[in-house]
Amino acid sequence: MKEHVYGTIGLSEKDFAEGRVVFETWEPNARYAWDTGVAIGHYLKELQAGRLVGRYCTTCGRTMIPPRMFCEQCFVPTDSWVTLQDTGTVTTFSLCNVTWNMERVEKPLMPAVIAIDGASPGMGILHLLGEVEPDQVKIGMRVRAVWKPAAERVGAITDIAYFKPL
Amino acid sequence: MGRNRVAIVGAGMTRFVRRAQETARELAWEAASKALESCEMTLDDIDAVVIGTAPEAFDGVHMNSEYLSDGCGGWGKPVIRGYVGGGTGVFAPIQGWYHVASGLFDTVLVVCEEKMSSCQPHPQGAFLTIFDNITERPLEPNLLWIFALEMNAYMTRYGLDKRDIAQVSVKNKRNAADHPAALLGDANITVEDVLNSEVLAWPVQRLDVSPVTDGAVALVMSAEHVARRVTPKPVWVEGVGWCLDTAYWTDRDLSYPTYVEEAARMAYKMAGITEPRKQIHIAEPYDPFDYKELHHLEGLMLFDKGKAPEATALGITQRNGDLPVCPSGGLLGVGNPIAAAGMMKVAELFWQLRGEAGARQVPGQPKRGVAQAWGDLMQVGTVIVLGA
Repeated sequence: MKEHVYGTIGLSEKDFAEGRVVFETWEPNARYAWDTGVAIGHYLKELQAGRLVGRYCTTCGRTMIPPRMFCEQCFVPTDSWVTLQDTGTVTTFSLCNVTWNMERVEKPLMPAVIAIDGASPGMGILHLLGEVEPDQVKIGMRVRAVWKPAAERVGAITDIAYFKPL
Repeated sequence: MGRNRVAIVGAGMTRFVRRAQETARELAWEAASKALESCEMTLDDIDAVVIGTAPEAFDGVHMNSEYLSDGCGGWGKPVIRGYVGGGTGVFAPIQGWYHVASGLFDTVLVVCEEKMSSCQPHPQGAFLTIFDNITERPLEPNLLWIFALEMNAYMTRYGLDKRDIAQVSVKNKRNAADHPAALLGDANITVEDVLNSEVLAWPVQRLDVSPVTDGAVALVMSAEHVARRVTPKPVWVEGVGWCLDTAYWTDRDLSYPTYVEEAARMAYKMAGITEPRKQIHIAEPYDPFDYKELHHLEGLMLFDKGKAPEATALGITQRNGDLPVCPSGGLLGVGNPIAAAGMMKVAELFWQLRGEAGARQVPGQPKRGVAQAWGDLMQVGTVIVLGA
């Protein structure tokens, strides 16, 4: 099948350093202001008050986090708000040594999915772990939210600074 | 429901490179012209064009497929672009299939192109917008998190270690040493090389990942009466399937891709496959990361849950094994220009089932193969079954 492969030209750093090829650059000038919606808007206001909340669907019986105003499985409106615990279980985690553009960081970030107590089994959120050595993090570990001081909360997911071991 | 039989009759591709001198449009033309040449067709023989490529943010070009369309042979023709993230490379030939199966067109040119190098300093800057804009992006996530979190869930569920998974990277990079378009072929790489590579986001290390790549792949798909005329070796589309799970990914069990199983069930049913492990002779599952090949082999029901690593260790998935997997070298070896990478797998089945894969040819005259791609927030599976 060799004959069906085009001899595409791969460039190297040298081609640019020696000015053999030219290129054009551009920076987008786009800014966004997202309305947070009915469900997540309320969720964020509750975070500001220091509480985690979910939505209950009477049709399937799931208590869901992140909360939603309609159940994507039953395709009907969800029925009520439920105040959840601010504790949970790590269902998976990573120890991340690089930023998005592949630069090394000094101390690894510890992103995790945390199944929240009071929600249906396995339903959780993405957040970060803290106050724990990277080599001590385990799947199944029990954790609790560390809230920012009330005066510093703005109604954002970052009103929880991180989750720490129970 | 009546459906016309559809065959792939031609295939072509560019070399996969880290950064191409060619523009996206030139890359598309290179692949498209090679595919037409392979079946001795010209643009006059093409009734419609299907384009697969990433969102505008990668290229920084609005309506990217309209920009690309001249290079894809779309001038003055019905043109469509579908996009399902990393699943696009297998979804585009599915779209090509239903264009022809419906009876609307006799011959369709399908072109998948990706130029990831344009997005600076790293295409992750565009990828990051996949995370939920309100509940996740304020945490400053990194695309590697998705894979690291899923890989850890898979490894922990089945008690696997990095060595079990690194062997996939070794197999595919070695296979790619025989692929004339490959960016990352390495006949001498070892498991130790993978295990000693830089830890990016544990458990993901540098050599577990396929890197940013530029490239394009094209296929010509025809109705049976055209296919019989243009080639003695048409490769038939026997089944197609696709499925999308919820974007609430933190509510799902990440250790198993249920949506891939659903897509495979749809494709197998159409193909009359009841025992995939016996009836499929080659598999090209999506392997942007080494664990993904294992994950997807299980989702495709080719191995039991948690058993794909053991099969790999036993050599079953080697090119001369009982079920060759990624004989092309996959994304880990040939490279990962997203949509083009997925369709490279379909092109590989085409060449393998025709006995034209050269040094990569799997023995035993394989009669049926499956290719699969995956993407979005760990939520889409696209599957195609081809038969000689």
